[in-house]
Amino acid sequence: MIAIIDYKAGNLTSVVKALTYLNAPEITVTQDPGLVRKAAKIVLPGVGHFQATRLLEDLGLTEAVRESVARGTWFLGVCVGLQWLFAGSTEAPATAGLGHFPGACEHFPAQYEDADLKSPHVGWNSLEDIRSDSKLLRGIARGGFVYYTHSWRAPLVKATAAVTNYGGPFTAAVEQDNVMGVQFHPEKSAAVGLQVLKNFIEL
Amino acid sequence: MLTKRIIACLDVRDGRVVKGIQFVDIIDAGDPAELAHRHAASGADEIVLLDITATHEGRGTLLDTVKRTAAALFVPFTVGGGIRSAEDAAAVFNAGADKVSINSSAIARPELIGEIGASFGAQAVIVAIDARRAEHSSDPVGDAEVYVSGGRKPTGLRVIDWAREAEQRGAGEILLTSMNTDGMRAGFDCELTARVSVAVQIPVIASGGAGSAAHFAQVFSHDEHGGKADAALAASIFHFGVTDSRELKAELQRAGISVRLPC
Repeated sequence: MIAIIDYKAGNLTSVVKALTYLNAPEITVTQDPGLVRKAAKIVLPGVGHFQATRLLEDLGLTEAVRESVARGTWFLGVCVGLQWLFAGSTEAPATAGLGHFPGACEHFPAQYEDADLKSPHVGWNSLEDIRSDSKLLRGIARGGFVYYTHSWRAPLVKATAAVTNYGGPFTAAVEQDNVMGVQFHPEKSAAVGLQVLKNFIEL
Repeated sequence: MLTKRIIACLDVRDGRVVKGIQFVDIIDAGDPAELAHRHAASGADEIVLLDITATHEGRGTLLDTVKRTAAALFVPFTVGGGIRSAEDAAAVFNAGADKVSINSSAIARPELIGEIGASFGAQAVIVAIDARRAEHSSDPVGDAEVYVSGGRKPTGLRVIDWAREAEQRGAGEILLTSMNTDGMRAGFDCELTARVSVAVQIPVIASGGAGSAAHFAQVFSHDEHGGKADAALAASIFHFGVTDSRELKAELQRAGISVRLPC
């Protein structure tokens, strides 16, 4: 069973729709830590404010995810779901992330290389430096385009599996064994995005 | 590198596309779901469905249309027209839209921008602005005025002021249509687009006036006469000698504009 965690942050319709389109077996949208513990795979979508992830702690979902990933359950965080894997975010300093990866997510700089940098970063940007051993990004060519919409970004870490450049490089995808995340929206990224989701389903 | 977006727009009435599309050798009007997929397959970066149904009964048809269109569409999908409340927006999101576009209703009640954003995120709210240059002003572009009701009613609001307010209230993007250039096919209103684009941090989508691939290149340009737009709406690019978004993008790439290619 694939558990899609519903923590009332934005619209889950698109993620569910894409996984259904790809014939993912047994999709369950849930807030129940018990179901999350039983899932073979967990997806944490999310658009919106990092603050919204506080509900994960309040509902006991943080602990459920921590236990599950420690046992080897496959995990995919999307957008804010990726950011939550880090220690936290300057968007909501009082709200802790899972802390699976070190460092905090930060806002795009207002300027980069002496030019103004707009944020949010909205639109199609390319994946670079794709790690050849990435299971999640298998079959994705360097330069493949994916759709972004965000103002905060995750730092580069050892587990970074691909970067995108906007005001310098940031973590586009992260992957360490069973724990994965993407800053972009695979459910809105045409063929490249569907390939990423397919890779996750087939793990 | 972040690319410039080509957004295909479908005007829909009572569940049928009524204009804005003319594939070579294919009839104008058609099924929105089918045409949206055709656009996505031929390289459009996003799809906008603009409902121009005037009747209450038509709303049910719209939700059905949105649902069918969204079912297998895996690029961002925006729905506009007749969204007057957060409940209207929620119904459209639940039917599968990723963003909503609001225009007159945001002017009538600016709080609506924040209300929709609170539930679905700022990225999901596009504020559409219909603009007309202030002919008698010493700064006709800077003083360009916001119009509503399909461009018939002036509001007294300056476009730049309203764009800034919309941003402050939590809009994720601005869709700017210049009534001076709309339908003329003589190019986008680059001067106005550039003024709005530098006035706000959020992306600006240019609309109105495209007649050739060169016009798109100009509205995307950051040169002195460029429009500095982040995206452009292509309501009927297929009238202008390019067969689809992919071909338009290839021309833009040759002009030095970064676009999503291959796609």
